[in-house]
Amino acid sequence: MKYYDKLIFELSKEGRSACTLPLPDRKLELPETLRRSSKAVLPQVSEADVVRHYTNLSQMNFGVDTGFYPLGSCTMKYNPKINEEVASLPGFRDVHPLQPGAKGYEQLYEEMDKALASITGMAHFTFLPCAGAHGELTGLMLMRSYHESRGDFKRKRIIVPDSAHGTNPASAALCGLEVVVVKSGENGLVDVESLKPLLGDDLAGIMLTNPNTLGLFERDIKAIAELVHSCGGLLYYDGANMNALMGVVRPGDMGFDILHLNLHKTFSTPHGGGGPGSGPVGVCNKLVSLLPTVRTSAFHGNAGVILKAYAYILMLGKENIAKLGKLACLNANYIKEELKDCYKLPIDTVCKHEFVFDGLEGANTLDVAKRLLDYGYHAPTIYFPLLFHQAIMIEPTETESKETLDDFIAVMRKIACEAKENPELLHSAPHNTPVSRPDETLAARQPVLKWQSQ
Amino acid sequence: MLKRVSLSSLDELYSDVPEDCKFKGEFDLPSAMSEQQLREYFERLAAKNPKSKVFVGQGAYDHYCPSVIPYLCSRSEFLTAYTPYQCEISQGTLRYIFEYQTMICNLTGLDVSNASLYDGATAAVEAVRMCVACTRKRNKVLLSDGLLPNVIETIATYAKWEGTELEIIPCEAGETSRTALLEALDGTVAGVLLPGTNRFGIVEDHSGLADAIHQAGALFVEYCDPSTLAVIKTPAEWGADIAVGDGQSLGIPLSYGGPYVGFMACRNEYMRKMPGRIVGQTQDAQGRRAFVLTLQAREQHIRREKATSNICSNQSLMALWITVYLSLMGPEGLEDVNNLSYQAAHGLKDALLKTGLFEDPYPGKPFIKEFVLKPLCDVQKLHAALDKAGIFAAWPDKEGNVSFCATENRSSEDIRALIDVVNSLK
Repeated sequence: MKYYDKLIFELSKEGRSACTLPLPDRKLELPETLRRSSKAVLPQVSEADVVRHYTNLSQMNFGVDTGFYPLGSCTMKYNPKINEEVASLPGFRDVHPLQPGAKGYEQLYEEMDKALASITGMAHFTFLPCAGAHGELTGLMLMRSYHESRGDFKRKRIIVPDSAHGTNPASAALCGLEVVVVKSGENGLVDVESLKPLLGDDLAGIMLTNPNTLGLFERDIKAIAELVHSCGGLLYYDGANMNALMGVVRPGDMGFDILHLNLHKTFSTPHGGGGPGSGPVGVCNKLVSLLPTVRTSAFHGNAGVILKAYAYILMLGKENIAKLGKLACLNANYIKEELKDCYKLPIDTVCKHEFVFDGLEGANTLDVAKRLLDYGYHAPTIYFPLLFHQAIMIEPTETESKETLDDFIAVMRKIACEAKENPELLHSAPHNTPVSRPDETLAARQPVLKWQSQ
Repeated sequence: MLKRVSLSSLDELYSDVPEDCKFKGEFDLPSAMSEQQLREYFERLAAKNPKSKVFVGQGAYDHYCPSVIPYLCSRSEFLTAYTPYQCEISQGTLRYIFEYQTMICNLTGLDVSNASLYDGATAAVEAVRMCVACTRKRNKVLLSDGLLPNVIETIATYAKWEGTELEIIPCEAGETSRTALLEALDGTVAGVLLPGTNRFGIVEDHSGLADAIHQAGALFVEYCDPSTLAVIKTPAEWGADIAVGDGQSLGIPLSYGGPYVGFMACRNEYMRKMPGRIVGQTQDAQGRRAFVLTLQAREQHIRREKATSNICSNQSLMALWITVYLSLMGPEGLEDVNNLSYQAAHGLKDALLKTGLFEDPYPGKPFIKEFVLKPLCDVQKLHAALDKAGIFAAWPDKEGNVSFCATENRSSEDIRALIDVVNSLK
């Protein structure tokens, strides 16, 4: 990766254009009051300028195709190329969202609904949500709708564990729910005893991810489900960690009533530098009739992403889907066992698809993460979950070979040695990336959020 | 590997899972397909979709997409990256988002843009929430009935649970009723959401409205089609505080409704109430220009239940898509997109009126690429005939009119074909 310092605006030359449209015979006529007073400032560049510029920008980026990406809770598995190809077929690309009789798409949504229902143990799905957090909010709206449809208007509290993803409490608050935090016990799991006093007839439900963000299976899930159900609440499953259970455990069988899946995690669609994702929401039978009442995006959700995820499911087929979770868990346990003598492992037990170290003796987690970049790896998720001060959350996924894991393990051990012998090396890392550590305080104190000509 | 983790089988990895949670059945899924079979399967599926000439807009516009865009956006360094948390190896993503933010600001005339939202409808939801957050003890938002019905429906879905009161301002002669709007503006109103170009395709005149809205202590949000902003008065020029809309009209394929990209820009004073990611410029340890995610104290991973929004993943790759589109088009090219669309749509409207089977319900109103007509023929027969000819047109609205749209992608032959179908109904 080499440093390239241009912005497209800085390549601009008056009068240059890459637009190949024919010249209009007729110019638009609008009353002066409705016209923009000056031309919009946009780049004036040639096609070659554009192609080179964005190619250069891409070379300052690291993707799953570049190297190992053990970003915890993000499930950065390999994204099969055939999925990209089929999703961009003209027969899919050129269909207007309001056009009736789009039989190909209708069949896709039907088959995908059936496939996801079988994989998760839910009854039916809505595909409107465009991302995980969007799914959470849609799911919580369904939860509230369910209670209100039964004339029960007082359920305004929701239980969220302290280890939950930040989107859980944020989604709940937007849905008009009061967030009640349940603390994790010493073993990293939801403590059933501390849950009991939080129950009541004003409880809308509980949001859980299982395995939780420590990569641990909530083994009391059946008891939790029974407690929450017995006071009239519903269970929401945050599907961010679904990869751990793929083919082995179905959220519906654990007692969950509503869930979202992240097709851009578990179902291999590329994350695109922050989206587009897709966060379909599945519900159990008693909530199915409510699905059409919740419109949370304009048309049919991210149809293009759903196509890719369905291609992934079809290529795995019923024969291979059961292997996913197991191999993902094996890879995570393997790294954990190989590294636990030099990184602090606060909870030493069989993990699922990911696990959390509480840093490295004598070093900051941030420094470890930045040093990993020098060795050609993406860093794990750091400082999350909030339960440990120096959290390093590692999720390898099932698509990595033993050789890739061994190389990563060797580098992690090397960094542990460097931390002792030459801590400055970590402190000033990264050294081999296009830029070194940027000044984030400066960015926040004097925000420069757009390019302006000098 | 199993030996290294002291286990004898893969199943033991789930020894902490109670037996009654485990799935013991067979998945109701097809058998695994090879890549060849998969390709064939999807080709057959795609062939089941209609291949129509599209003459409908209503929030999804068939504009031309230059071939450069998919090439660049499918570069795997962009495609397979996560959100740019590790900025030192994400300068590519961070730079194009910074460029995207600049372009959105320049199109809307406003000061600050975020890194994208899901789609136009959810961007409108976020704007409604911002209005409530930026005004004290106010909880009502006025929505023009000229907004697209799915935008209003999405806002209403969220508002119900967020406790925001909505009031619909009716349209009069194809535009948001000024009288009704001014009457509804009282001390409880937090914001007003008006369309730049409305669902009838009419470019609305918002002269003087910003002053009235601001005097009432509310925020003015404009929902706009960004493609048209190359030529029409910008939200900033109308005095709007926030602009939102869907970036799809900037060269994103129709794709049955997604992925598209929601955009949002606002005035500086509301910057810290904005939802979503924002990229800022700074420098690295060597003093080189570098870019980072900034102002993160607004976001869910820091503020949890007190965040301005719950949004995490957005539509980053689609932000790249329109950034490349706008770079290719430039200011003149985007103007020509509007000129060509104007030419096609006005030609179409004149020809449709000439058939004698339609009337103009809003004569003399300015439009660019989309318009509605009152049908004097049987609409069902019209749809059947159009469908047979492979044309998707005449989208019915609640007033009993039908909507047409023509962009630079519709040739004069396409238009002639549509007119021939209409004439055949005589």
